[in-house]
Amino acid sequence: MIVLAKVKVATVWLSGCSGCHMSFLDQDEKLIELSKRIELVYSPIADVKEFPENVDITFIEGAVANEEQFHLLKLIRERTKLLIALGDCAVTGNVVTLRNCFQDSVKEVLEKAYIETVTYNPQYPVQVPKLLEKAYSINEVVKVDFYIPGCPPSADLINYVITEFLEGRVPSIEEKFKYG
Amino acid sequence: MSERIVKLIIDGKEIFAKPTDTILKAAIDNGIQIPTLCYLEGLTPHGGCRLCVVEVKGNPKLMTSCTTPVSNNMEIITNSPKLIKYRKQIIELLLAERIHTCSVCIANGSCELQELASKFGVDHTNVSRNWERFELDMSHERFVLDHNRCILCTRCIRVCDEIEGVHTLDIKRRGKDSMIIVDLDEPWSASYSCTSCGKCSAVCPVGAIYVKGKPLSETKRKELPKFITERRRR
Repeated sequence: MIVLAKVKVATVWLSGCSGCHMSFLDQDEKLIELSKRIELVYSPIADVKEFPENVDITFIEGAVANEEQFHLLKLIRERTKLLIALGDCAVTGNVVTLRNCFQDSVKEVLEKAYIETVTYNPQYPVQVPKLLEKAYSINEVVKVDFYIPGCPPSADLINYVITEFLEGRVPSIEEKFKYG
Repeated sequence: MSERIVKLIIDGKEIFAKPTDTILKAAIDNGIQIPTLCYLEGLTPHGGCRLCVVEVKGNPKLMTSCTTPVSNNMEIITNSPKLIKYRKQIIELLLAERIHTCSVCIANGSCELQELASKFGVDHTNVSRNWERFELDMSHERFVLDHNRCILCTRCIRVCDEIEGVHTLDIKRRGKDSMIIVDLDEPWSASYSCTSCGKCSAVCPVGAIYVKGKPLSETKRKELPKFITERRRR
């Protein structure tokens, strides 16, 4: 009997609201079917500390907003065969990149979030990764192999894409996706 | 005297049209779909978005079907790989030019640019973005003018001029710096000519002009210019 090796899949959560991961989980009973064919090697819902090597498919949710994410993304690209940008934040930058419209956006964002709108002990955070001057969509930092826009993309669309790739086909998402 | 009729071929199909018809009208009348964005039935064609370009045999240039009149024995292709490539590029550039963040846009779900992106499979943009921020004009009691979403299709200008007949709206500057202005570039609330009819918000294909406190799906009436011009002809 030939046992086919499971496809190694990772999901990554950068600067996003986790809505795309929720949509991923919304595949519901189809996840059981999927779990027979894939192995989840890295994910915010799996307790793995370091991004493993030789990952077949990585889904990335969220835009790149800080230094840690920037370096992590470079590492992910090196260790992944097929990189999929999942959702508007990963594809276009979405809400995360809106701060790019402001001069000196880091200062403005931090001031708004940690000083102006805080009533008790307002102070700048120190033990968190430094924000980048500008926020980026995934394809502004590394090469992306496939895009699934949507805020979030529907569970059916995610399921369709992953199933097609597992079958060795390139999915065609024309008229199936919607920005926003 | 019988009306003169011209014969032309669109996508291999032989069709007849009036000599005053544009390629787009002849195509629509014969059930041939050509994608459009700035075009709106009832308004003078503008030919600005270039989405409706077609190939005309014997002409090395691509022609905008909304502004090009038909002529006898014209041979037209509306859907070649080359045209699709250009249309995709146009949509990509429109998405990249200003800040079209669909998820927080008032037009989400009833936006023609969003629809076209999906239809043509423009699932990302490769060009770097500008991130220029324009101030909103929220001074009018009912309407908002958001330049950040504007694709400069000029539908609002044309409907204001041709249908309402007041020409409150116009355009200033050129190229990517172009902006819709009210009267002589004044805050909307200070406009003397504006009748607050709201036709501009009814025809805006994106979320650039909208009625305060209402989703675009409730206020959008794309068929309005056609409806009004047809009633005037009677």
